[in-house]
Amino acid sequence: MAAAEQASPQDKATWHGIVLQTLKRNEIKLVPYVPDRVLTTLIKNLHADPYFTTFPTAREEEAVGIVSGAWMAGMRGAVLMQTSGFATLANVLASLAVPYQIPLIMFVSERGTLGEFNYGQALVCRTMRPVLDSLAMEHHTITRLDELEFIADRSIKQAVATQAPVALILSPLLTGGKTFDK
Amino acid sequence: MTNTHARNTKVMNRFDLTQRLVAKLKDEAVIGGIGNTNFDLWAAGHRPQNFYMLGSMGLAFPIALGVALAQPKRRVFALEGDGSLLMQLGCLSTIATLAPKNLTMVVMDNGIYQITGAQPTPAAGHADIVALALASGLANSSWAADEDDFERLIEQSKQASGPSLIGVRIDDKPGTGTTRRDPVQIRERFMNGMGVRQLL
Repeated sequence: MAAAEQASPQDKATWHGIVLQTLKRNEIKLVPYVPDRVLTTLIKNLHADPYFTTFPTAREEEAVGIVSGAWMAGMRGAVLMQTSGFATLANVLASLAVPYQIPLIMFVSERGTLGEFNYGQALVCRTMRPVLDSLAMEHHTITRLDELEFIADRSIKQAVATQAPVALILSPLLTGGKTFDK
Repeated sequence: MTNTHARNTKVMNRFDLTQRLVAKLKDEAVIGGIGNTNFDLWAAGHRPQNFYMLGSMGLAFPIALGVALAQPKRRVFALEGDGSLLMQLGCLSTIATLAPKNLTMVVMDNGIYQITGAQPTPAAGHADIVALALASGLANSSWAADEDDFERLIEQSKQASGPSLIGVRIDDKPGTGTTRRDPVQIRERFMNGMGVRQLL
């Protein structure tokens, strides 16, 4: 918890502040992403913090390739995406992250549940956990602010120690999800 | 346009070009794309600084970008096939934006998905990969006119102020040798080659 004291009270009070501080505490500097509206504040704050090298990629697979290469060369990374982005990853998970035993850390903003208006998003969401389970990949769905730091911090440490990928699914119960005003 | 048009270049051989590249290397990283690209890399003489892909078609350049970002002082080469690159063309824009000057990308273009039965790619005869790279923002992109030009472009890329992409037209000869297909062994050796892991 060494770095936690440096966090502002504002950071500690929000899910995105906790994610940012947890990344920092675990020396995760490289954060490529394909965005989701829900992740906007986190992405903005990562860009604003010189500790992080953060940038958009054209596809989620690309981001997985980048952090895999970086980890093998000594730099830790994590990928941010939304549910539909995760759905594009089955091949790279099964042919790179899992067999090469790479501690790929993924934060997935969960669309397609709890009031989703887009039928396509809803169906895509239902493919996510079966894919994770079929690869025996560790995953946790985070719904509570008071559990976020524990789950994220421990999961990152486990991923690194066991050289295995992990998906941290950020539920709308945690983030507030997308505002459905249409 | 500053580059040589693809159709004006000599058709070369992947293994020959790979050997020419490897002969120039010391501790540079090389990422071999799936299939023939890394078979030839292996056959050119295994080095612990080589990473061999066993899947994830199209990710040789992104993996190389990650290595280049993590170790900005080490030169990183990536060898990719034209069919693979077509799967992940967006990565060219990402690399152009991040602009790591220690990254050299080589595209082995024979216009076919050779390892799956030599079917033509949708780009064959129409799309110019170097032009696509230039349009993606990679200003240091050119076709190698022949073997000597390839070697010259490799040397030139080491001095470049940004990432470089070299297109080479190659024949349809199959790869030489076969990479040992143990992903954990490949990764451990590579991490050892990158100086971040000791082998037991």
